[in-house]
Amino acid sequence: MSGIVWALIGVAVAVGLAGSGSACGVGIAGQAASGVVTEDPSKFAKVLIMQLLPGTQGIYGLLVGFITLSKIGILGGAPADLDLATGLLIFAACLPIGIAGLISAIYQGKTSAAAIGIVAKKPEQFGKAMLFPAMVETYAILALLVSILAVSGIPV
Amino acid sequence: MSDTQYTYAVARIRARENSLLNPGAVEQLMTCRDADQCIQMLTERGWGDSDTPADGEALLQREQEKVWELMRELAPDYSIFDVFSLPMLYHNLKAAIKDVCALNDMPHIFYEGVSPSEQDMMAMVRARDFSPLDSHMAEAASRATEELLHTKDGQLCDIIIDKAMLEAVQQAGAACKERVIRTYADTYVAVTDIKIAVRCLKTGKSREFMRQALAPCALLNVEQMADTVLRGGEALNEYLSRSGFASCVQALEQSMSAFECWCDDTMLDALRPEKYHAFSAGPLVAYVLAKLNEIKTVRMILTGKANSLPDDIIRERVRKTYV
Repeated sequence: MSGIVWALIGVAVAVGLAGSGSACGVGIAGQAASGVVTEDPSKFAKVLIMQLLPGTQGIYGLLVGFITLSKIGILGGAPADLDLATGLLIFAACLPIGIAGLISAIYQGKTSAAAIGIVAKKPEQFGKAMLFPAMVETYAILALLVSILAVSGIPV
Repeated sequence: MSDTQYTYAVARIRARENSLLNPGAVEQLMTCRDADQCIQMLTERGWGDSDTPADGEALLQREQEKVWELMRELAPDYSIFDVFSLPMLYHNLKAAIKDVCALNDMPHIFYEGVSPSEQDMMAMVRARDFSPLDSHMAEAASRATEELLHTKDGQLCDIIIDKAMLEAVQQAGAACKERVIRTYADTYVAVTDIKIAVRCLKTGKSREFMRQALAPCALLNVEQMADTVLRGGEALNEYLSRSGFASCVQALEQSMSAFECWCDDTMLDALRPEKYHAFSAGPLVAYVLAKLNEIKTVRMILTGKANSLPDDIIRERVRKTYV
């Protein structure tokens, strides 16, 4: 396989895994949010914010995907002629956000669902409740940073 | 994703928990001048439906139905709640046996909404054919019927069926994969065994009677407990304190009403840690128990107010609140 194929697999991993994780996470938190809104529609705005938290990993994956596509010239319509080693390097650079995005989004969804329970019972504790799922975000951001730095640092 | 199947249900229960009576609301009920004012306050808090008559019993009945309707709607697997219907099922069996064997016509002694129905249960007892029941229940039914016919001893019939019920609860708990149901079953059997032991102590029952009445239990050694009952109240208190039921001893020293309260409060306390699990049936089961306890508390208050009982007598019977 040529380098460009590996680079594109990297893009697919970054966007696909992180996006899938976000879909799962937002889905889990959405179930909890629906439960609360069924009983108390006035909490819609608060639980919606909680539900959206695990959606960021998908955006991070997309960002890394765009940077990579731009780097290898696919976005500009002139794909670079990558050797196998460079392609593998780009693939490896995309892995952190793909893997950490998938796992962190699922767990952030679960934490959001639990935090939605706090909002359901004690809406005045919204700020504290949001901190718990936000902590999970840290690790997705670390993975995003590494992926961006790595993709940007690979000479094409 | 099977570990997230309770996510929606738990979130709804969390929102519902806010509508449970807190100590302040119970205190407000206590300060109502009569039962009618209590009913008005409960109706304003959303108890009953728009078409529920403004009558205490109708209101309580409707609230109880609403709990089970909610669980049928929410629980991905409603069979986990079967353990709650076992006491009613065995009560209906007992009622059918007594009704048929004692040839009494005692209407309204059956719980409704339990399967098999009253008519089916009566037909089984008349035909002495308990094969539609599970083998454990069928064996108890057959034995209780024979004993009642031969000895005419209603209490013996009661303890055979009640012990079988406790064993069934224990088995249902052990067979259930939800930890909350195992905790509920173990605590229910232990608390019921303690109730039996206390009553045996008060009425001076024999070891043989206790052997027939007490069901084996994970939290207590019933053989040892029966021994202590024969040795007297001090020995029983000492045994209960050693077995982790020191609060029961305090309640017993206070009064029998305080002890009855302790029994219900202990069930709720045992399940209280379960309410913090966001992805299990725990909060649902804990909510059911809390709501049933709440209905019991309101019944106490309404009955007390209707009969103009002094507040301190009613207060002694008020159960702990969940929120």
